[in-house]
Amino acid sequence: MSSVTPQEIRQEFAKSRMGIAGIAILSALAITSVLAVAVIPVETFREWNDPSSWLEYPKAAVPAWTNVFLGQKVPEHKILDSPRVVSERHGDITLTSHRFGTYFDYDDFPNDWIYEFSAQYSGSPLLQMSVIRPDAREIRLLSASLPYSESPTTHNERIFSTDEIVRKNVAMQSGEFAFALDRLSAEDIIFSQGHVHEPLKGQYVFLVNLYGVGTETKISQSKLVIGGKAFGAMGTDELRRDLAIGLLWGTPLALFIGLAVAIASVIAGLLYGVYAGYMGKRTDEAMMRFNDVVYALPALPFLIILSVTISNSIFLMIGFLMIFGWVGIAKVARSMALQIKTRGYVDAANMMGQKNSRVILRHIVPQLLPYAFASIAISVPAAITTEAGLSFLGLGDPTFPTWGQILHDANVYGAAARGLWWWITPPGMMIAVTGLAFVFIGNALDAIVNPKLKR
Amino acid sequence: MFGVLVITLLLTISLVGSNMDAILKQGVTFQVRAEITDNPAIAKSFSSVEEFEGYIQEQIEQRARLLGLDEPWHSPQRLGLTMFKILTLDFGHATFLTSDLGSSDVRDIILEKLPRTVLLFTTATVIISVIGVFLGALAGSKAGSAVDRITSSFAIISSSFPVWWIGMLMIFVFAFAYQVFPARATPPIPPSDPAYVGALLYHMALPLITIVAIGFGSWAYLVRNFMVGIMQEDFILAKRAIGIHRRKIIYRHALKNAAPPIVTILALSLSGSLGGAIITEAVFDWPGMGRLYFEAITVMDLPVIIGATYVLTVFFLASIFVADLLYGYFDPRVRTGS
Repeated sequence: MSSVTPQEIRQEFAKSRMGIAGIAILSALAITSVLAVAVIPVETFREWNDPSSWLEYPKAAVPAWTNVFLGQKVPEHKILDSPRVVSERHGDITLTSHRFGTYFDYDDFPNDWIYEFSAQYSGSPLLQMSVIRPDAREIRLLSASLPYSESPTTHNERIFSTDEIVRKNVAMQSGEFAFALDRLSAEDIIFSQGHVHEPLKGQYVFLVNLYGVGTETKISQSKLVIGGKAFGAMGTDELRRDLAIGLLWGTPLALFIGLAVAIASVIAGLLYGVYAGYMGKRTDEAMMRFNDVVYALPALPFLIILSVTISNSIFLMIGFLMIFGWVGIAKVARSMALQIKTRGYVDAANMMGQKNSRVILRHIVPQLLPYAFASIAISVPAAITTEAGLSFLGLGDPTFPTWGQILHDANVYGAAARGLWWWITPPGMMIAVTGLAFVFIGNALDAIVNPKLKR
Repeated sequence: MFGVLVITLLLTISLVGSNMDAILKQGVTFQVRAEITDNPAIAKSFSSVEEFEGYIQEQIEQRARLLGLDEPWHSPQRLGLTMFKILTLDFGHATFLTSDLGSSDVRDIILEKLPRTVLLFTTATVIISVIGVFLGALAGSKAGSAVDRITSSFAIISSSFPVWWIGMLMIFVFAFAYQVFPARATPPIPPSDPAYVGALLYHMALPLITIVAIGFGSWAYLVRNFMVGIMQEDFILAKRAIGIHRRKIIYRHALKNAAPPIVTILALSLSGSLGGAIITEAVFDWPGMGRLYFEAITVMDLPVIIGATYVLTVFFLASIFVADLLYGYFDPRVRTGS
């Protein structure tokens, strides 16, 4: 039982290297969550489970930074959405030209490319697409007219490198290449050297020309995606989602879940235990029996049943986790209250005729606060890992994807056996690091509050 | 003890009861319709569509009444009957899942899966506790030494990693990068094959290593904390003063005194491991109770859920009970009365 003052705790804590490490990690996590909330719009995160919002991203791409360590550079996924726009007028004909420049410096061919645009026109304008390679050759990719329309209209289209017409157009340039083009896909030819079939490095320019007759013609949206095998800081998963977004947004969620469960269950357990211990006799007996019953319930099976049958909303989940969280704390709080209530000042307060609630809240609970803080810190990791475990089983709240759910998807798509390490390692590391921060803080506090453990 | 069991069952049944009824009713409807499509003569014997539909409806209701579905699941009769059946280990038939041998009796399924879970997790717990006790005793007897610090920090770090995540990493390392162990823990050959036991043991290696690697740290830390306390006691000092060998003091006298809490925790963690097995078995695809439970939940196979919960709870309570008994046996101070 402690009679340490807050100042002493602060001083002792400042001396504990573990405690400081914990605080440091925790503040880093807190900064990350603030950044995540501030920088990444919630909408992006909300669309996590909507496959259509991730179409322009590559499938299961490694993090881009791995290229630094690899001898063979993997092509990076590029989303080019700000082309150089030139508009010209030759008498009746208007020409809108969009140029996408990209520097290609990799040892493998890109997966594919997609050109996505929406054009406003009337009549039937002509769309021409070509690429100018580093060796100054120009390869015609496409020459087609857009669907005829008498009135002004908006036309959306995606042109894929796998389109048959593109492939045929490219294959017609066989004179320029010293090898057979039959079996090769369009992007393998476009990005190849002339004499051997190996990637040609240098500046490529994709040129899109739209010729309209008479009326106003323009391309309002224009985006070229060169599909690579490496993307972003954290890579992408099988469903093309940018893992960096999931990981960043997971941080505030995990902290919220962990802290909410820990604080709520510690407060509940503390009050329950102190009340039982202070009242003693029958009340104590009855309350402790109930405590035993909850203690004897198998937690995980029940959590699973609860989340399947009632709801898997994240807020209810926090409540469910609380049900099993307060039990141990109540037991300890009760035994501490039993000791404190024999002290003189509690007797004195009783003699003065103070109400029970006042004695408990003013005289007993404050004594237990250091212990309470230590238990909050210690119970956070358990809450986070349990939630992650439930999410991992696929029982999490799909509207708030957590680290556990990223791992669930990874497991469903067999990421471990397929070697997609960037999909497995970071979420688990984040769970472990977050847990570690709280364990560090908790242990440092515990060592101060429980003098027994000091050696 | 028995009260807790009944409460657990009541809670489980009340949570899944309404769903169970809905599923059973669907099952009856399906059954009736299937019988009629199998037997076109029935359909021909009716003159109008309404009459035919009425007949189907009547059939469904009749069978539902036979199953007692006309009363809600929480009516005392049905609740009592369900409870009685479960307590006598009559779990009924599974809706979707079957055992490897094809039986859909929940008892058969559980009896088939349970030994595998016990095999994996009991082995793991035993290995963990042996390593943990020795490492902990070693660390605790030299508080502050390098061994102690390494053990303690390893314990703290390993305790914050989820076992199943380490499991995924282990699959990545040992099944993908270096192909030493298989990624899935379910052996590819049928259980009737004589080589099955060997294959099962080989497939068990990866989960076993994972569980042990993550588990023994916190065990060692617990034992260490008990030992630190005991090593400061007077009787140890006295023994040391007499000149008894250090190793003898640690393993003979100090560990004996640390035994009661250690044994209690061992009993609890043995049963706790059964519950925690759900996620670990899902990762490794180990064909035990945990995976059965998970599969039952995903397809909402309620008799299996109830049966598995019951078995898990029984194990959990039994081990709490055994732990209490053992504590009294090892620590005579706890015994009351005489």
